Amino acid sequence: MATGTTNSQLEHLQSKYIGTGHADTNKFEWVVNQHRDSYASYVGHHNLVSYFAVAENESVARMKFNFVEKMIQPCGLPIVRDD
Amino acid sequence: MDIDALPNPQRRSITAPKELLRELEEGGADINPLDGLVPSKRIADREDDYHKRRMNRALSPERKDAFATASTVNDENNVRSYAEVMRENELDKTRADLVRKLKEQQKEGVTTSNAESSDGPPAKKRRWDAKGPDDSDQHTVPNLSSSTKSEWEEEPAPTAKRSRWDQTPVAADGAAEKKRSRWDETPVASQGIDATPNTKKRSRWDETPVNLGAGGLTAATPVGNLGLMTPTPSQLQVPMTPEALTAMRWERELDARNKPLTDEELDAMFPQEGYKILEPPPSYQPIRTPARKLMATPTPMAGQLGGVYMMPEEQAQQGVELQGPEIPGVGSLAFMKPEDYQHFGKLMDEKDDADLSVEELKERKIMRLLLKIKNGTPPMRKVALRQITDKAREFGAGALFNQILPLLMSPTLEDQERHLLVKVIDRILYKLDDLVRPYVHKILVVIEPLLIDEDYYARVEGREIISNLAKAAGLATMIATMRPDIDHVDEYVRNTTARAFSVVASALGIPALLPFLKAVCRSKKSWQARHTGIKIVQQISILMGCAILPHLRQLVECIGHGLEDEQQKVRTITALAVAALAEAAAPYGIESFDSVLKPLWTGIKKHRGKGLAAFLKAIGYIIPLMDAEYANEYTKEVMIVLIREFQSPDEEMKKIVLKVVKQCAATEGVPPQYIKTEILPEFFKHFWIRRMALDRRNYKQLVETTVELAQKVGASEIVMRVVEDLKDESEQYRKMVMETIEKIIATLGSSDIDDRLEEVLIDGILYAFQEQTVEDVVMLNGFGTVVNALGLRVKAYLPQITSTILWRLNNKSAKVRQQAADLVSRIAVVMKTCGEDKLMAHLGVVLYEYLGEEYPEVLGSILGALKGIVNVIGMQNMTPPIKDLLPRLTPILKNRHEKVQENCIDLVGRIADRGAEFVSPREWMRICFELLDMLKAHKKAIRRAAVNTFGYIAKAIGPQDVLATLLNNLKVQERQNRVCTTVAIAIVAETCSPFTVLPALMNEYRVPELNVQNGVLKSLSFLFEYIGEMGKDYIYAVTPLLEDALMDRDLVHRQTACTTVKHMSLGVVGLGCEDALQHLLNYIWPNIFEVSPHVINAVLDAVDGLRVAIGPNVVLQYLLAGLFHPARRVREVYWKIYNNVYIGAQDSLVAFYPRIEDDERNHYIRYELDYVI
Repeated sequence: MATGTTNSQLEHLQSKYIGTGHADTNKFEWVVNQHRDSYASYVGHHNLVSYFAVAENESVARMKFNFVEKMIQPCGLPIVRDD
Repeated sequence: MDIDALPNPQRRSITAPKELLRELEEGGADINPLDGLVPSKRIADREDDYHKRRMNRALSPERKDAFATASTVNDENNVRSYAEVMRENELDKTRADLVRKLKEQQKEGVTTSNAESSDGPPAKKRRWDAKGPDDSDQHTVPNLSSSTKSEWEEEPAPTAKRSRWDQTPVAADGAAEKKRSRWDETPVASQGIDATPNTKKRSRWDETPVNLGAGGLTAATPVGNLGLMTPTPSQLQVPMTPEALTAMRWERELDARNKPLTDEELDAMFPQEGYKILEPPPSYQPIRTPARKLMATPTPMAGQLGGVYMMPEEQAQQGVELQGPEIPGVGSLAFMKPEDYQHFGKLMDEKDDADLSVEELKERKIMRLLLKIKNGTPPMRKVALRQITDKAREFGAGALFNQILPLLMSPTLEDQERHLLVKVIDRILYKLDDLVRPYVHKILVVIEPLLIDEDYYARVEGREIISNLAKAAGLATMIATMRPDIDHVDEYVRNTTARAFSVVASALGIPALLPFLKAVCRSKKSWQARHTGIKIVQQISILMGCAILPHLRQLVECIGHGLEDEQQKVRTITALAVAALAEAAAPYGIESFDSVLKPLWTGIKKHRGKGLAAFLKAIGYIIPLMDAEYANEYTKEVMIVLIREFQSPDEEMKKIVLKVVKQCAATEGVPPQYIKTEILPEFFKHFWIRRMALDRRNYKQLVETTVELAQKVGASEIVMRVVEDLKDESEQYRKMVMETIEKIIATLGSSDIDDRLEEVLIDGILYAFQEQTVEDVVMLNGFGTVVNALGLRVKAYLPQITSTILWRLNNKSAKVRQQAADLVSRIAVVMKTCGEDKLMAHLGVVLYEYLGEEYPEVLGSILGALKGIVNVIGMQNMTPPIKDLLPRLTPILKNRHEKVQENCIDLVGRIADRGAEFVSPREWMRICFELLDMLKAHKKAIRRAAVNTFGYIAKAIGPQDVLATLLNNLKVQERQNRVCTTVAIAIVAETCSPFTVLPALMNEYRVPELNVQNGVLKSLSFLFEYIGEMGKDYIYAVTPLLEDALMDRDLVHRQTACTTVKHMSLGVVGLGCEDALQHLLNYIWPNIFEVSPHVINAVLDAVDGLRVAIGPNVVLQYLLAGLFHPARRVREVYWKIYNNVYIGAQDSLVAFYPRIEDDERNHYIRYELDYVI
């Protein structure tokens, strides 16, 4: 029983994070989460944004804004699930 | 030897003289010789009258499910609607009223003609099996038509008590069928076969819930599986009263022990020659005691019906196998009570399954499962529980509950059985979900009593069930079902219903229930409804605590008007509910109570007695919520009333007054001066009297309140007033004084106690300590606290104290000696501060001399005292010297008493830690061997102390010998012992550096024995856990061993190795051991598909540990192989690990996600990462 609860505790913990997946996660969902995580990470690491800003010849603030915007639909329209 | 007995091996035994038997029979045959010696496990036996009232409740027929679709509605004839139930309830109430009036009339002079039966608890009637002294021995079968009047034949004369039952004497009457009372709804199958003409008048009178034919259907406490759904004739089974069953059980056990010897046994006993077996004389007729005969083969009372289950005769004959009988289709059970034969009799009639209808088969199936759950061995129980849960919907709610609920109402139910059955209900509730609706009331009738059980766990269980029930059935059903009970005539029912409602509120949320509560609390129809409604609010606040805060205002408004209700009882409960709300809300929410302040205020002026107590309580709980200035003002006003009530003789009032004073004193706004002048004089006059010390609850409350007052006015103010009472003649009172002083000094210190008071105080304490006759820890604690608080100031009194101790150490009473020794350990520190080393040395020698003490409790205390002295004066200065002391302790380690063990091991450990050099290594080795036994101790503290001591000893004399001893100990059978040994090895390794231990330990792994290898692995696991980053030097050394373990067939090997890897990797993060760790990961990875819970947990932990040590990127590369594997089972595991990695290293994974190319629809490339400047 004890392990049963730890298992369910673990699953509960995992389910609290949006980016986690399960056996039925498809490629699209997985990559969308990757993209969102990436953008969040870029925005959080200032050095990285500065680097990107130089590469794109944009202001840092604009870059950050763009990243946040892109998080809405990072990979285009979702795939219709067949189930 | 009684030759006569030989030819007939049937049951017979040597019996006592007839007079004696008769005496026994008259006294009631169910005398339990162990009564009062063994605490009964039966729930019914420990219940008081109030709790017993649960038996008065009937399992009502199913209710209509108002939400059911037409297809699922079950048999319309059997179920009742809400309106019907309400009507019945109304009827019940009028009936109760009538009965009360009748009773009053009766009291006013109408003498009853039948005095005997109208007595409250009827005089013990003769039971059916007990015979009068005139019964002849020829009576071998109970003759039902004989003139002997047995209990259930007696015509119950209608009396005023127990209202509703006797009012319907025509229940079984065919003509009454249209009247739809609750009685005629139950199919009455027994009419034709009743042996006694009076059966139809049988009602609750006989009180023995027996299966008296199908008439039992109407009994309030249904026994047996009288499922209304399937009333079959075969339900007419062994009717026996529970008492008779108990008696029979005793009888059988005695018989089993005294059973006649069989031929085989006699043959075995006697020599083959010299003895001859005689024929019994032809005229011989064996005598049988009729009573005994009756008990052995219970003859059904309702006449000889066909197909009646008879208790198997072999049962009594087998004797030894009384425990663990075989039931067809069930297997061998852990036990079987005779009552169970009644419930589960059907399983034993050995009918062929083919002859049975589907319904019957289902019923039997459930019965078997229930029997396995209730009486089976743990593994059986587990399987059966799972089966019954899985098939719950298939069986259907009706079939299940009609069997489970009567079992729960059985008068012989025991705690364990109740727990198991409740568990069954809990499990099937989840599965049945809305199917449960028609049975909600039945379940509540059975479960509600749990809510007021004295056992905490029973209450929790009850709450859980009701909350699950509420979730399954939904709020509307719950309200519709419980609404009629809210103004039930019986207070018991209302009480339990209120509690059940509070559970429903906590399950479904207060807002959902609020509209209903508002309506009930304002009910115009009956004050009982209002009372219960308000009680629900009270219970909600008790149950949910601060969770009521969001709804506080609504709740208060909901009940507020009750303070001015016309019914006294409603006003009282409202005040209590307000108090509960305020208590739960503290320290917030004063603004919500605005609306009730005024009525409360006027209330305390209008009320007297109980009502006043409740109002005061409410105010007492509200005042702490107020701002300082308001609190001050209100306190001043309420104090007038309080001081007046100081002199109230009512105990309840006293407690409440004390509580309120405590709370008022605790609020900020009350100035100390006010308390000093206004409260204290009266307070001490009325409360600090001997009588208050007698009642436990008064005592506690008074101490608490006084301590609270002391917080405000200072320690000396209070101590001064009570200190003289330390010499009071009442011991209990002295104790109360001591406890108060102790608590005050402990919280406030001794700084404001002047010299004079100090003198009186020490004097009083010494007096009280010496004069105590009932040794209690209170005096000891008080002494210790005061002496420690005074510190250096106590120096002057130390000689006196020491001589008292010395004198008492020599006392005849063990308790006195024990307390004296305990006192030494408490004041040792102070003695050191006062510089009384010589005195301590003297005490040490004296205590050493008392080590021969025979009482373990005392010996433990003496050891504790020695430890206290050694701790403060140090190893060098100890007298007697350590080298004399320790050899004296070695034999004491063998003592099995926990207190001795614990104190002794502590002392030895202390010496090993600080003064190991005073003792020879040989002595230490001897102690090592003794310590091994300590690893078996039940108490964790002892095991821990023993394990630590191994570490100290190893440090003192080098690890080799100690290690050898410990490694040998890995071979023992006992698991706990081995586990402790592995811990000890790890500790030795930690204290003496791992390189001294690892070679020997790893060598031990070569022993081809499971336990030893696992022990080694476990030691390694603990070792790496303890040494942390020191582990980096040893990883390469142990890697081959771990490789081997991770490839072993044995699960535990792999599991333990995984744990080791986890600890190891967490220890060496960032220390450059990645190569070895990745190598180990390769060995661990195949184990991710393990299913055994412990193993998979260990594996996942290891992967997690390695993720930290070698980085999430590496683990991600492993994972990518399986995240989209075609097999779901594989994907599941991989995603689980992925999620773990993701949660642990979300940000760092960004850099390592694989590159995924765009397709025609979506773009997947994270192009930013490709920038190169």
